[in-house]
Amino acid sequence: MALVISDLSKYVIAVFMALYTYESFAAFRGRNEEKKEGIYTRQIICMFIVHFVSFAAICLETSDLSYIIFYGFQQILLFATIALFRAVYKDASRLLINNMCMLLSIGFVMLTRLDFDRALKQFKIVTLSLLLGLSIPYLIKRFRFLEKFTWLYGVFGVFALAIVLILGAVTNGSKISYSLAGYTFQPSEFVKILFVFFVAGMYAKSKDFLQVVITTMAAAAHVITLVLSKDLGSALIFFVVYVVMTFIATRNYFYLILGILAGCGAGMVAAKIFSHVRVRILAWQDPWSYIDGSGYQITQSLFAIGTGGWFGMGLYQGDPTAIPYVSEDFIFSAVAEELGVFFSICLILVCLSCFIAFMNVAMRMKNEYYRLIAAGLAVVYIFQIFLTIGGGTRFIPLTGVTLPFISYGGSSVLSTLIMFCIVQGIYCIRAEEGEHDGRKEAEE
Amino acid sequence: MAGKKRKNDGEEILTENKAESRADRKKGKKKKRNRNRELWIVTYVFILCMLAVIGNEIYFVYAESETAVNNSYNPRQELLASKNIRGQIMSADGETLAQTVRGEDGEEERLYPYGSLFAHVVGYSTRGKTGVEYLGNMALLNSNAAIGEKIQNELTSQKNIGDNVITTLDVEVQKAAYDALGVYDGAIIVSEPSTGRIIAMVSKPDFDPNEIAAIWDDLVADESSSVLLNRATQGLYPPGSTFKMITALAYYRQNGGDVSGYHYQCTGSLTNNGHRISCYHGSVHGSLDFQKSFEKSCNSSFANIGLSLQLEGLEDTCEDMLFNRKLNLSIPTSQGSYVLGTDAGDYDIMQTVIGQGKTQITPLQLNMITGAIANEGIAMKPYLIDRIENYNGGIVKKYEPEKYATLMTPEEAGFLTGLMEGVVENGTATRLRGLSYTAAGKTGSAEFSENKADSHAWFTGFAPVDDPKVCVTIIVEGAGSGGEYAVPIAKRVFDAYFSQ
Repeated sequence: MALVISDLSKYVIAVFMALYTYESFAAFRGRNEEKKEGIYTRQIICMFIVHFVSFAAICLETSDLSYIIFYGFQQILLFATIALFRAVYKDASRLLINNMCMLLSIGFVMLTRLDFDRALKQFKIVTLSLLLGLSIPYLIKRFRFLEKFTWLYGVFGVFALAIVLILGAVTNGSKISYSLAGYTFQPSEFVKILFVFFVAGMYAKSKDFLQVVITTMAAAAHVITLVLSKDLGSALIFFVVYVVMTFIATRNYFYLILGILAGCGAGMVAAKIFSHVRVRILAWQDPWSYIDGSGYQITQSLFAIGTGGWFGMGLYQGDPTAIPYVSEDFIFSAVAEELGVFFSICLILVCLSCFIAFMNVAMRMKNEYYRLIAAGLAVVYIFQIFLTIGGGTRFIPLTGVTLPFISYGGSSVLSTLIMFCIVQGIYCIRAEEGEHDGRKEAEE
Repeated sequence: MAGKKRKNDGEEILTENKAESRADRKKGKKKKRNRNRELWIVTYVFILCMLAVIGNEIYFVYAESETAVNNSYNPRQELLASKNIRGQIMSADGETLAQTVRGEDGEEERLYPYGSLFAHVVGYSTRGKTGVEYLGNMALLNSNAAIGEKIQNELTSQKNIGDNVITTLDVEVQKAAYDALGVYDGAIIVSEPSTGRIIAMVSKPDFDPNEIAAIWDDLVADESSSVLLNRATQGLYPPGSTFKMITALAYYRQNGGDVSGYHYQCTGSLTNNGHRISCYHGSVHGSLDFQKSFEKSCNSSFANIGLSLQLEGLEDTCEDMLFNRKLNLSIPTSQGSYVLGTDAGDYDIMQTVIGQGKTQITPLQLNMITGAIANEGIAMKPYLIDRIENYNGGIVKKYEPEKYATLMTPEEAGFLTGLMEGVVENGTATRLRGLSYTAAGKTGSAEFSENKADSHAWFTGFAPVDDPKVCVTIIVEGAGSGGEYAVPIAKRVFDAYFSQ
């Protein structure tokens, strides 16, 4: 019976995910938030159905009471998050809250299916992160002097990355984490945010040539430290964010072209110097020839996506655990295998909807500092998704970064949550700016 | 489709927003739009990147996943095998070629009712997977049985019955080809030129796939006879005189479609710079025009033609004929090779243009070239699976014929058809003359060792000439001349095909 339920459930899940995705783009139409009340309500209903039906399939398959209890806790957490944000921050973007909860719930479903213990651990981290995150928009709105510590962010960032390089544990050939009380802690996830604050602060102050040079040197220090730690995925994210923010701030196409050329050059040099970069490029070009070794991960990922097909195998009907590091680096392939490629495309579009919401507030902000922060965080977010999903589907070589909100990993989920909450804070500032404008106009 | 729909949504928002900013500008806030230009560029670029990722994923699932997932490294195959009983492989006329039966002890066994008749083309599934067992593996493992039945099976812990693969193979034609090849080693491919359907495919020496477990170790240990190799698709042979079709085409192209000026006096051999090319068994063909040279398969005359060819042109023609590249087929094949180059010496040229030299070809490639001649220059993609059905006969998937490549123009195909018709009427394949159907073809006797008496017998051709229905390619290893050994086999295959 469980087979039939999971067979049918995947279609129900796909339909409601599609409806959700539709609404997450419909929400961009018009600016009257009150008129969009219906959209947000429908989104929450879709989210509830997707989550409920998924867990119905999981519980039937496992016949284990603890899964039902776990589901209950998740449901409480998600609704509490939606309700609390709404109550505390009336100006926050409800679309972003919904999207965040939708992505978190998909993450819970997949992690529960892959590894119950890890899902529990992830749930605890998410709960604590949300409690912490709830205060962030307030802090952002209140502490308008963050800009003053710009240099501190840069120095602290490089320092934290350097410590990892020197002391950090060696994982998968890259030195990227500290271990603390049983939890491994990956500083680059947080330094990304500090880095965005640093670059935004630098350019909010001045955009002259000297400032660009100084910022470039600081950015280079970050990137080189990461490259030395062999954390090339993060190095790439830092680099791209820096180039894009420089372009947005200076509005100078010359810097953009220079940045792209430098990136290509650095890529070629990296391929020459680092054997593990070469290995990944080869495995990307022709994974089938290296199926026994370096191509194993990517081919397993392709098997998962390909065998699942458009509507997936159904929860527990596939074999996603055959992919090494599935819950960290290849969770997208697991989603595609069991919930279907159609669902996975909707998932990408929901992420895209978050990105557009980030960019949207950047466009509406007048304050250059917050404008740059919003745009920078948007790029951090979407580029990481591009790397992980593009890598898992063999669009680009593998870089081994996580899928924000969905992959297993405390640092990843906490840092993404902080990013979302910062942007919510900027939404609140924007609302104040708007009121201010309104008053000014009235006075005139 | 869904992806596309979503994309439109994304664009709509952007255009809406654009419309807004246009409205703003009208209100005199021109500055605002300019302010956000870079942000718009960045937004668009990343949206494009993500749409490209989506597009790539859709393309993979749509076009590549079917072959990609059919890999022994994919652990999902075992998962499916534990849930479903492997489906049947059937011939086009509904005969069972492979099926899984359950013994009283619950052990599953794969049976092949025709024994060694379909050994290579249907293949086996227990020591790796080959033939149709490989090509249709994922379909055979999957079950599209009715949902109600699946529920029942689940409740009673029964396995579902897997889907059936209906091939393009015809039992009668396969039998005729198999028997006609007799005790010889070699290969036969019978196909339909207008679609690429493979009607029969034989490779010998063969084996009984029912016994594969018992004979496996011996087969693998025996390196000399390579029994497991499907010679029809993977055997590489010197093309012998069948290559003269390509030489003739290159000459035709070089002379702008007019070969009427060609004349040659055959004295049984041609000597050039001390190198000598002899006609088969020392025949003396006398006065020849181009048509006669081809009909009689005169080595001296073709060596003479070869010496007048521009080697770039010959190389281009060979590349058009699918040499030196991996065939893009789901069927595993070997790659035909043409290595003469453009600065070769006279002797190598003379050898190569009559199909000796270092050139190598698979029977499948030759069959595709012959099929293209029969099909106005267009080679169709050879295929073995016609459709997938669930076990009740409901169609799950139907495979349609696909064009593989245009090898030559209709005029060039017509020219070669004329030459090949002459081979049957007046040349080396007269055993196919005066039958209830008309045929066209080319014979070959490919020498493969120092001993000139040893040669592989080739025939490749099609029938009827006016409206080709069937295309046959035959190689008989070490038999002798194509006219004597391969053409009679072709006759038996044609007879079997047209007697239906």
